[in-house]
Amino acid sequence: MKAAVLQFPGSNCDRDMAVALEKSGFDVSVVWHKDASLPKVDLVAVPGGFSFGDYLRCGAIAAQSPVCQGLVDHVHAGGYALGVCNGFQVLTETRLLPGALMRNAGLKFVCRTVGLTVETTDSAFTSGYTKGQIVNIPVAHHDGNYYCDDETLAALRDQDRIAFTYTENVNGARENIAGVLSENRRVLGMMPHPERAIDANHGGTDGQALFRSMLDQLVSA
Amino acid sequence: MKARVHVMLKNGVLDPQGEAVRHALGALGFAGVEGVRQGKVIELDLADGTTEATVKEMCEKLLANTVIESYTVELS
Repeated sequence: MKAAVLQFPGSNCDRDMAVALEKSGFDVSVVWHKDASLPKVDLVAVPGGFSFGDYLRCGAIAAQSPVCQGLVDHVHAGGYALGVCNGFQVLTETRLLPGALMRNAGLKFVCRTVGLTVETTDSAFTSGYTKGQIVNIPVAHHDGNYYCDDETLAALRDQDRIAFTYTENVNGARENIAGVLSENRRVLGMMPHPERAIDANHGGTDGQALFRSMLDQLVSA
Repeated sequence: MKARVHVMLKNGVLDPQGEAVRHALGALGFAGVEGVRQGKVIELDLADGTTEATVKEMCEKLLANTVIESYTVELS
């Protein structure tokens, strides 16, 4: 299984993401933002960081980069994509996922391990967990306050597309939403960093199941 | 020619930064500040003949995130 990790000026979790994917068995290539075409891959991962210094809005400039056109084409062709933190912001800015990530309600950068409730196991990303399971995953963001309008929220609920919620109010996100799925369930955006919880030395390994289940599902797909 | 684009969070979208500014004004003793909304102003230097429609397209595609923000365009 092949994965591409996108790299923008200001990405800082690209290597962590590549390591997490490699450890789970993916063959990983890192793709620079100026590359208009992506290699043929099964999964595109958009890593965390501060692409383009968060200028204008988090993820807004990255979303207009040549490589993101490749990302949009990949997703429209039914490909899988995972966006973490700034990657989630990029996925909302490209409109591949609904909603937007606003400044944290407390206005502070939040950097700690938080509890997440697995809200659905019906996706390649979450099938390795059990529904309602609480996992501990680090967050590190200033703009993770998920917002969407009432209509979108109802659609997310009705279609079982809320992947993770925080077990507490971390950043003011609507309904404590930490991660959402696309309509075809092949795109996941989440603010917490599963790639920072894959090794005992990280202080926890609750992120492993996400990468492993992705690989399992992609192999069997 | 110039265009000035005002980008604001939509009504109904909570503006945590505006709220913080409101609290700070209250702490400074300014009574009666009932609400603060914080947005941004983007000034564009444009080639003559650029239409308002083009600037609006810029807003839709990049300058504003219309999921959460509204914008107005002033040409001069």
